[in-house]
Amino acid sequence: MGLQKKTVPFTGTEEQKAKLLKVIAEMKEDKGALMPILQKAQEIYGYLPIEVQTIIAEELDIPLEKVYGVVTFYSQFSLYPKGKYKISVCLGTACYVKGSGDIYNKLMEKLGIAGGECTPDGKFSLEACRCIGACGLAPVLTINEDVYGRLTVDDIDGILAKYQD
Amino acid sequence: MYRSHVLICGGTGCTSSGSGKIAEKLQEEIDKNGLSKEVQVVKTGCFGLCALGPIMIIYPEGSFYSMVKEEDIPEIVSEHLLKGRVVTRLLYNETVTENGIKSLGETNFYKKQHRVALRNCGVINPENIEEYIGTGGYEALGKVLTEYTPDDVIKIITDSGLRGRGGGGFPTGLKWKLAKENHADQKYVCCNADEGDPGAFMDRSVLEGDPHAVLEAMAIAGYAIGANQGYIYVRAEYPIAVQRLEIAIKQAREYGLLGNNIFGTGFSFDIGLRLGAGAFVCGEETALMTSIEGNRGEPRPRPPFPAQKGLFGKPTILNNVETYANIPQIILNGAEWFASMGTEKSKGTKVFALGGKIHNTGLVEVPMGTTLREVVEEIGGGIPNGKKFKAAQTGGPSGGCIPAEHFDIPIDYDNLIAIGSMMGSGGLIVMDEDTCMVDIAKFFLEFTVDESCGKCTPCRIGTKRLYEMLDKITKGQGTLEDIDKLEELCYYIKSNSLCGLGQTAPNPVLSTLRYFKDEYIAHVVDKKCPAGVCKSLLSYEIIADKCKGCTLCARVCPVGAISGEVKNPHVIDKSKCIKCGACMEKCRFGAIVKK
Repeated sequence: MGLQKKTVPFTGTEEQKAKLLKVIAEMKEDKGALMPILQKAQEIYGYLPIEVQTIIAEELDIPLEKVYGVVTFYSQFSLYPKGKYKISVCLGTACYVKGSGDIYNKLMEKLGIAGGECTPDGKFSLEACRCIGACGLAPVLTINEDVYGRLTVDDIDGILAKYQD
Repeated sequence: MYRSHVLICGGTGCTSSGSGKIAEKLQEEIDKNGLSKEVQVVKTGCFGLCALGPIMIIYPEGSFYSMVKEEDIPEIVSEHLLKGRVVTRLLYNETVTENGIKSLGETNFYKKQHRVALRNCGVINPENIEEYIGTGGYEALGKVLTEYTPDDVIKIITDSGLRGRGGGGFPTGLKWKLAKENHADQKYVCCNADEGDPGAFMDRSVLEGDPHAVLEAMAIAGYAIGANQGYIYVRAEYPIAVQRLEIAIKQAREYGLLGNNIFGTGFSFDIGLRLGAGAFVCGEETALMTSIEGNRGEPRPRPPFPAQKGLFGKPTILNNVETYANIPQIILNGAEWFASMGTEKSKGTKVFALGGKIHNTGLVEVPMGTTLREVVEEIGGGIPNGKKFKAAQTGGPSGGCIPAEHFDIPIDYDNLIAIGSMMGSGGLIVMDEDTCMVDIAKFFLEFTVDESCGKCTPCRIGTKRLYEMLDKITKGQGTLEDIDKLEELCYYIKSNSLCGLGQTAPNPVLSTLRYFKDEYIAHVVDKKCPAGVCKSLLSYEIIADKCKGCTLCARVCPVGAISGEVKNPHVIDKSKCIKCGACMEKCRFGAIVKK
């Protein structure tokens, strides 16, 4: 799945690693700790490259295959870095019925990337997401923490223009 | 004491439309006018009328302001809060009548609703445990621990007739009884808050608006089955719900309502939070538990059922958020009270998330047995833009579409199954004549293909083949034989898949085939999409008589497919047309049609 995607070299810092090791030390005795640790690791690094997975596997003393299996199973874990601005278009039923598919297509066209990819300048990444529960405002998209609702295709340019820095 | 309370919805719907900033601005204005000792701003959970957010209610008057903007705040403060004059222009228009202002309870949206699971949503501040206690919170837990034996509790829940609100409708009392009867050194109580059905947000609203009700109910369940540890598995996509749960758990521990020796009775119970990571299949009970254990969230065969061997191999009960939200009320008001609501086999109320082509998108709670017509037309306010109702989709990707001919069916578990859909968790998406049913079936199959965990072949490969066949049909390449094959494969997948996801994945196809076969036939025989959705089957044409030759369409066409002289009828070159519809949207004379 990820093969055709461009990757960037891993640039994790010692500081990030120290943070991760602290998290692992705090949680490793809990039952079922792997998922919460991965979630924290993704918070620290922004994504879960193989280097980070290796640290976790070694510290928890479990096979890397197991870690990789869990990471690739859940859609929220990413093997690739995300853009500075993460755009998620809701393709839940309520949004889809109200035309979010067109919005998603328009964004792919505007940004020149496919879903799951990141623009070459690292600024925008685009993904489809399942219902975020704001169905009353359908169709909806989010950019990082900002939510935009009751959208039409014509709103896209104006919204992207807000993220030019 | 405050003389006035301003309740602002802090649910996801209203937060998305900016209620956070409005609350800040309001507090600022209140401070500026020296009213901070007289007026209190409370951020509550969801009021239900998400379509009109951000929403605000001012008590004691009960004035319901909808679609409030930041710039309206100074007026609300100076007019309403300072001078006592209601700002009529901002009131929800349904509450404004010739004879004065109606109370919210009398409006069509709220009139037929009966709030049990949502009783505190939009009423209390979910981040303050004292407000929950003030409305009778944790009384049920106290009563259970001091007056009832675990068997008494199970009997009350059984007698109430409560069935699981997550979709399956399994009797809750029976589930608890089975878990109690299995003896083990450790048992678990789990809460399924992995609300994955797209278009469903009931559980999220309960967690955001009344998180303590779920904690209290889990502790009651723990007492009933003999467990001292609970887990809530909640979607990471619900940050507000997660945050409120964290606050609620912390407060409950501080008040001694979770933890060791609750109410001095020797009963101990604690709850941990586990975040999902975006896998629909984790809403399936065995997959959910596998995920809490820290693995790939794949389901496993049953038996053994979770009541025998569940989380970490121990007896476990797993209930859905809305199911739990009913429990404290059943304990306090009695089994008969709950059983007096609803139909013969489906007791109580059900929360629905209304979405899609309907006026009042939002959250409603109605007694079981309310008809679809009442929900869609009366409470939901009908279909916008004068369009015709085509179908209501319930049960998400596992459910089906209910056509207009069943509009008057009383909604309960058994009726919905009889007509080829299911209750599901309660998403109710309304579709109008512009929705293509083949496209909708394809949409759901795309979802299940994506979300199939891959463990069993019928689901992993079968859903993919279903999707491919539907894709072929929507592209106009299907044959009548494909429709027969489609149906055959559906039954095969249903009977051979390992878990609920696979067993129900063909439902959207089967129910649309059952009620809208003519649309499938139109796609394969006439090569037409009656709803005008499937792009490959569409063509745009200009009606020469209506075209004024204004050239607007030719200018907006992104591919230059439209040509013609000024003031003369234009034509579309179909070989160039990419069917984007831009011309039709822009034409001021209605001269462009989609066929």
